[in-house]
Amino acid sequence: MIRFENVSKVYDGQRRAALSNVDVEIDKGEFVFLVGASGSGKSTFLRLILRELRSTRGRVFVAGRDLSKLHSWKVPAMRRQIGTVFQDFRLLPNKTVHENVAFALQVIGKSNATIKRVVPEVLDLVGLDGKGDRRPDELSGGEQQRVAIARAFVNRPMILIADEPTGNLDPATSVGIMKLLDRINRADTTVLMATHDSTIVDQMRKRVIELDDGEVVRDQSRGVYGYQT
Amino acid sequence: MRLRHIFAEAGAGLRRNLTMTLAVIMTMWVSLSLFGTGILAQQEVNLVKGKWYDKIEITVFLCSKVTQGDNCDPGQDVTTAQKATILQALQSNPEVATVIYESKAEAFAEFQKAYEGNPLQGSLTEDQMQESYRVKLKNPEQYEGVVSAVGGLPGVQTVQDLRKFLDPFFSWVNLLQRGTIIASVLLLAAAALQIGNTIRLAAFARRREIGIMRLVGASNFYITLPFLLESVIASLVGIGLACGTLAAGVYFIVIRKARVSIQSIGWIGWNQAGLSMAFVALVGLLLAVVPTLITTRKYLRV
Repeated sequence: MIRFENVSKVYDGQRRAALSNVDVEIDKGEFVFLVGASGSGKSTFLRLILRELRSTRGRVFVAGRDLSKLHSWKVPAMRRQIGTVFQDFRLLPNKTVHENVAFALQVIGKSNATIKRVVPEVLDLVGLDGKGDRRPDELSGGEQQRVAIARAFVNRPMILIADEPTGNLDPATSVGIMKLLDRINRADTTVLMATHDSTIVDQMRKRVIELDDGEVVRDQSRGVYGYQT
Repeated sequence: MRLRHIFAEAGAGLRRNLTMTLAVIMTMWVSLSLFGTGILAQQEVNLVKGKWYDKIEITVFLCSKVTQGDNCDPGQDVTTAQKATILQALQSNPEVATVIYESKAEAFAEFQKAYEGNPLQGSLTEDQMQESYRVKLKNPEQYEGVVSAVGGLPGVQTVQDLRKFLDPFFSWVNLLQRGTIIASVLLLAAAALQIGNTIRLAAFARRREIGIMRLVGASNFYITLPFLLESVIASLVGIGLACGTLAAGVYFIVIRKARVSIQSIGWIGWNQAGLSMAFVALVGLLLAVVPTLITTRKYLRV
């Protein structure tokens, strides 16, 4: 589903590589944690998958397509197969929960009928049924992140990328978010989550890829966080 | 493609930056009006100059039945022999570069074209036109020699240096034309910059939405369209106002005033006004679309 072939990324004007010689393959339906200190290259890794960045060397494949050869006008279509969730939720404050989720479908040209059918379904899935008319500032942090997940998942992407999704949440709320991501993963969606949260990684016992200074230093199935020790 | 969403976004953008939008419309209005005026002045010059002006400096008018002159036989057209003598004199003159003969029919056609819509148009017949030789000089300053060489020949009614006759008029119209074009180019540049800035503000105000649209895979076209629509709507209003101004100018100044008080020369009319409006619309739309695309490109780089 996602394959890095000897990928290096050097930002313009910098000598040190943000990623160097990364070789990783993530299969369909996997749940993968991406761990490492700040500046270890996690964000660069995720942004290469989204084709927000291009690799300096090596090739990145997403759903069988070589991103370095992908025309920039085809990038939007590629991104429709990837859902993305961030630490800061990135909701539109002047739209309701329902409108926030519907927006993601509107702007890729889905019909009103589809939107009316699909949005309540996904709000139900993330546990927000009955809260469709609220605005983001009327919701708790956990609920806001659920809206963001609903928006990322509403188009049923093959891949869900989550960049520190629990970074702004307390532990109890984080558990709820992880349960939700696990459910999405069981529905055959590949989930790739960058995190600093050792408790979550240790509890979930999923595959862990650890980056240090741009290099993959550990890739272990059913791993633990473990880089503090 | 859901057009309702795009129109709603464009409308919201126009309202959000209402003062900027008004500034854009007013700048467009004034600059395009000046630009259109410049084109009209240019067309007026072309109309009066006619197709000959650039090729000739001197016109040798020949006698006809209705003209009077010292070298004319009253009531007689110039004879073929006289014409041949005059032509010979012109062609052998070292100052002369080329000689073009204009028949009565050609003169009449020119007259009809220059005075189209003017009350004078129907006042003369083809027979009242004069034949002429139109002479281009090697050096336009040196016309006296040619004038004296043919001025006294039988069959020549009069010799006219057309430039001397028209130049004061042209210099004023040219000044108007240059002034309006220069002023309009400066204002058009200002309008383009203003549109670029307005769109930048609009894009900044919508940066969250744009970020999400890019993330969920909205096409660049879909993201750009509201901005494009926003500037095109503003420019259409500006174009409309400019065209109205030009139409009012042509009607009140040229058709109602100038044509009536100065009947001796041809004046532009609705045909020329339409052409200049078409140019105004084209330039106005380019002015809206190009800066918008350049500005939004920056925000859409994937």
